[in-house]
Amino acid sequence: MTVPFPVLSLIIFIPIIVAVLILFIPREQRDTIRVAALGAAGACFALSLFVYISYNNSVADIQAAQAAAVQAGTNIGTAQFNATLAYTEYVEWLPQLGISYHLGVDGLNAPMVLLTGMVAIAGVLVSWKIEDRTKEFMAFFLLLVAGVYGVFVAMDLFVLFFFYELAIFPMYLLIATYGWVKLREYAAMKLTLYILIGSVVALIGAIAMVLTAANFFSSPEGAQIFEAAKASGLLPASAQPFSFNITQLTLAAENGAFNVFGYAGVDGLTFARLWFPVVFIGFGILAGIFPFHNWSPDGHVAAPTAVSMIHAGVLMKLGAYAALRCGVQLMPEGAQIHLPWIVFLTLINVVYGAFIAFRQRDFKYVIGFSSVSHMGLVSMGWATMNMTGMTGAGLQMFSHGAMTALFFGCVGMVYDRAHTRDIPSLGGFIKVMPWVGIAFIIGGLASMGMPGLSGFIAEFTIFTGMFQASPDITLSIGNFTLSNYYSIIVVLAAIGIVITAAYVLRVTSQVFFGEFDRAKYPDVGDITVRERFVLVFLGAPLFIIGLMPAVMAPMLQTGIQPVLTLLGGG
Amino acid sequence: MDLSAFFSNPNNLAWLIPIGPLLAFATITLITNKAKMVPGTSSEYTDHNHPAYPGIDVPMVANWSRAASVIVGLVGIGAAWLISLIVIGQATGLHELGHDILASSITWMDTGAGGFSLGTMVDPLTAAMLFMVPLACTMIFIYAVGYMAKDPRQARFFSMIALFAGAMLTLVVADNLLLLFVGWEVMGLCSYLLIGFWFEKESAYKAAVKAFITTRIADVIMLLGIAYLYAATGTLSFREIVYNTEVLEGLAAMPAIILPGLSAASLIAIFLIIGTVGKSAQFPLHVWLPDAMEGPTPVSAMIHAAAMVSAGIYMLIRMYPLLQAGGDAHHGVFTPPLLFMAIVGSITAIFAATIAVAQNDVKKVLAYSTISQLGFMVAALGIGAYVAAAFHLLTHAFFKALLFMASGAVIHGMEHGEHHVHAHGHGHDDEHDEVHVHTPALTAHAESAHHEGEHGDAHDTHNAHGAHDAGHDDAHHFDPQDMMNMGGLRRTMPVTFITFLIGGLSLSGLPFITAGFFSKDEILADAWYGITHGYGPHALVFILLALAAFLTAFYTMRQLGLTFWGEARSEAAKHANLGKGLVSFTMTLPLIVLAFFAVVAGYIGVHPDLPIFGAIFSPNGNPFHHFIGPTLAEEPGSIPFDWMPVLTSIAVGLGGLACGYLLYWRKPLVAGQRDPLIGILGEQMHTTLKNKYYIDAIYAAVFVRPALWFSKNVAYEFIDKGIIDGFLHLLARVFTWLGDFIKTLNMWLIDGVGDGIPELIARFGFWLRGIQSGRVQQYMLIITFVLLVLILIFALSTGVMQAAP
Repeated sequence: MTVPFPVLSLIIFIPIIVAVLILFIPREQRDTIRVAALGAAGACFALSLFVYISYNNSVADIQAAQAAAVQAGTNIGTAQFNATLAYTEYVEWLPQLGISYHLGVDGLNAPMVLLTGMVAIAGVLVSWKIEDRTKEFMAFFLLLVAGVYGVFVAMDLFVLFFFYELAIFPMYLLIATYGWVKLREYAAMKLTLYILIGSVVALIGAIAMVLTAANFFSSPEGAQIFEAAKASGLLPASAQPFSFNITQLTLAAENGAFNVFGYAGVDGLTFARLWFPVVFIGFGILAGIFPFHNWSPDGHVAAPTAVSMIHAGVLMKLGAYAALRCGVQLMPEGAQIHLPWIVFLTLINVVYGAFIAFRQRDFKYVIGFSSVSHMGLVSMGWATMNMTGMTGAGLQMFSHGAMTALFFGCVGMVYDRAHTRDIPSLGGFIKVMPWVGIAFIIGGLASMGMPGLSGFIAEFTIFTGMFQASPDITLSIGNFTLSNYYSIIVVLAAIGIVITAAYVLRVTSQVFFGEFDRAKYPDVGDITVRERFVLVFLGAPLFIIGLMPAVMAPMLQTGIQPVLTLLGGG
Repeated sequence: MDLSAFFSNPNNLAWLIPIGPLLAFATITLITNKAKMVPGTSSEYTDHNHPAYPGIDVPMVANWSRAASVIVGLVGIGAAWLISLIVIGQATGLHELGHDILASSITWMDTGAGGFSLGTMVDPLTAAMLFMVPLACTMIFIYAVGYMAKDPRQARFFSMIALFAGAMLTLVVADNLLLLFVGWEVMGLCSYLLIGFWFEKESAYKAAVKAFITTRIADVIMLLGIAYLYAATGTLSFREIVYNTEVLEGLAAMPAIILPGLSAASLIAIFLIIGTVGKSAQFPLHVWLPDAMEGPTPVSAMIHAAAMVSAGIYMLIRMYPLLQAGGDAHHGVFTPPLLFMAIVGSITAIFAATIAVAQNDVKKVLAYSTISQLGFMVAALGIGAYVAAAFHLLTHAFFKALLFMASGAVIHGMEHGEHHVHAHGHGHDDEHDEVHVHTPALTAHAESAHHEGEHGDAHDTHNAHGAHDAGHDDAHHFDPQDMMNMGGLRRTMPVTFITFLIGGLSLSGLPFITAGFFSKDEILADAWYGITHGYGPHALVFILLALAAFLTAFYTMRQLGLTFWGEARSEAAKHANLGKGLVSFTMTLPLIVLAFFAVVAGYIGVHPDLPIFGAIFSPNGNPFHHFIGPTLAEEPGSIPFDWMPVLTSIAVGLGGLACGYLLYWRKPLVAGQRDPLIGILGEQMHTTLKNKYYIDAIYAAVFVRPALWFSKNVAYEFIDKGIIDGFLHLLARVFTWLGDFIKTLNMWLIDGVGDGIPELIARFGFWLRGIQSGRVQQYMLIITFVLLVLILIFALSTGVMQAAP
């Protein structure tokens, strides 16, 4: 899988370059700006799709390479991880600080890259009619997209954080400037603070990890491993012990660098045990993990439609993805200790988010809290720490991304015309906006797990994974030991699924069914072709994944395999 | 793949069965369902039985589109029927169907630990269902041609009902629980869409939501059961689970993960049974089914007979070896799932039968009757009467589809009569001046219009539905479904009368003639067999089911008497008829076909030792028993003939019919007369029954309102807004205060000392101002230049294009 151009860099830098170019375009030429933005988003999507499809085509090769790594017998997890990486780009950036510009896709982030491309196009299209400061909007939006792409493909912790912050900054401006007047400043500030705090906390953890790994590789036995890895090609020949490179940190993790007892002078403590919750929850904040979820509904509601779409559709996945990549993959021992209690937080996410969504009067808040609920399932999938459950979590990330972007698109289209999001005062909209009504129902069905749509296969595999994991998981607090409780958690989580059906139907029937009041909404009419395209574009993947999960699941499994190896399982 | 080779293999043929209706669904939805937009107030639209919709354009199916959609739908289901017959032929031609089956399967998704496969299989049980389902569906489709002929959305109706049929057929041919669940859920969706078909009407979409949510609760629990089963065994294939004693014994020996003392098999079984409790409307999740009549009548027939509720029972029959793993009802070894089924089933049977007695709505009686009859089947499974349950499932589907469609014909006729009355200007011209109604759609809308008028639109979606219904019943407008308005319809609607009578008698179990008698008798015979061996659950089932059977005969006779006997109790009833032409024909033909099966279907399962009949129909043993038995790895033993259950069946059947006859036929009700039942039961008892034991109101008070209260007050207001956000806001306040404090400190302390630093910065700024020319071009030049240089350096100095080592 080699191509004669750095495809991942292109995906990241096309939006940045176009964002800069847009600043040169006179602000009156709005259409030129829009077309430029659409062109950039389209190019990114095309490249993402190319990456996805070519990666998917080579799944068999990757599986073979992973099997070979098992045969070879040393550093299996790291070797498996290296075997999954494709389209890698590696450039020493600041070798003195151990920073390299290292990008790559594996089975976990390739679907996310595709998802980002989709939502980017959809976002530009639904923002087409923004007349106020179009130029700045589009430029910031593209910067945001670039930042998101950067996080997903980064294979160096520093680069990952770099793009992470790059994504947050335009987000703040977009919400504070173009958002819903009543809430935007509060929400933008809340969101930024939450995410910044999360990322700062995670960053501290990451730096500590890099230092610990450097110490390990400088120790006599570590140096041996390090040299051997360099010799075998696992690490680049120029690698230094002090490095942010994720492959290198993975190698450190696999060789127990983070599992040494006596960390920080405490007997029973290891690095991973102390720092895992910090890093996992630090990123988990972006995935809306309870009780750090409150930035997200406010943020979703205050943001303009396109930003809500990116935000709930992609940004929250960023958190879940980074929590897995930097938390579980790099500190597997910590994951085994801590995920058994973090799973309770995810349970609260699922049920609690659904309950709150059920009672919202504001159309957009319903979707906002539903994201909290659904993202809980993703984290729950990670917590299973087995193939089935984690595959489900990966599918749920993609499924929820497309679905929630579709939801926000629908809400935006209704709001643009009705100028209210108050559910009780809407009604009968399917009569005047049949496309939106049907799209919303399809999204709703995916969200409640209707077979044939992507939500079902994701939820079902997560549930199965929970049952499979149940006998192996115990949680000890002091003398108190809890075992086999995952099955109870999954039964309780089912309440959330029922409530999901309830709120989806409630909103559907109150907004789209019933009597339509023409006197109240004199101008409401059907949507444009451009908007129809958005709905179809976001709705189609729900069916594709739902009917043929095989187009994504095996790929995800190649990405999950190394993590499982590191966790000590199969 | 070579398709012709693929399908010429009989193993693969079953894939084609659901394809027909599914293709019809796709074709209608994507191609033929073309509507023209007409103003919502135009006569073209309102003439076709919909309420005026001022201010907007509404879709109105074009004539060619209507015809094309109907034809596509009929072709789709007809193809499914034909292929089913071919498949049945192929299957029965197998050497020993049961041990040998037709099967075909593909891998759907690999989960890493095993995989999910999708496949079809045809064993005796599937073959029996393939005989019933496509036949009943085809009849329902034909009926809908006439019934929905005036609806502006008939094309859409056909697309949805085709999806419904496709989902049911998928479920029937599925070879594993996952595919079965797919069909199961898609049916749930279809029931939602079809119950809420007239979605302008508040009561319709509320009923739709209620049906969906209620069944959804059960479905999610069932899904957990499936997930657990998969986690425990690594497969969901029927053959690998229920036909495999090793797996079953393993599950029965494995302790359940949640409740100690229960085996894994029992826990999974209970989860699955709860799925059926929802889908097949068993107590306490039965509440959705009566409301589901808000949908057009063909949908009711579909839900109540051919598809949805049958699916629940079918699943239980299919999974039966798992349900009884570790137990054996025939030898008095009851596992928790068996007891659960016996109790839930028999309670539902008697409970719903008592409610049916006091209903005045012609369709509601049937709805409760369905619930009751499904209870018979569940109870039968609970006591191990495997074959009897399957038998009753088949016969019930025929006569209940017939009864629903016949009642639809009655309603149609009544509306026709009402229209006639209006058109000719006599009677009932008081309050209907502006809303003129004459078909189900119509009435529905008139009702909702009234509703809005009376109560405003301040309803909470989750209000108790029961309260609404009570309001409905004595609304002052004409209700074409109220049996109190009927009477004497035998004269104007003779075909409907005779077919309704046949269906009703079959439901009542008229001895030796009707299918219902034989199937019900077989359940009682199984229960009696248990009693003779001293098993408690059998006794419970026997007594409650016998009582329920008595009530069944009684309420059926009451319904027949009120509807068809005596004299017309309203002007509409006097003129009720189906008219002539296509509508009348398409609605009558299915009734006649189904009436045939409602009688003869019973003769396939006569006990060989029953005098006369046994010799005629079962000279070589009970044919149905022989056919279905091999579905199980261990064939169910047949029980010896006993007169006691037969006499009981005859007694309760005839007794119920006789009581009904005495009350409602000998002296038929006249207009305005009170139901004689009120006198017998007492006012209070009757009201309680009529209001269905207030279950809806109880649910609203116990579940719905607390859930709403919890979400709003506890989860959202208290925890989310109060604690979490409150804490944050407190934090923000502390930080603000801290900031103010530091600011003050800064001003007095640091600023006082360090004014030199700003001074320095100011000088630096002054110097820097030199390049701040204010000329944008110059800035751009600098920026572009720097950028280019950087890119150049970057590209030259490093191998961006090199892959990582």
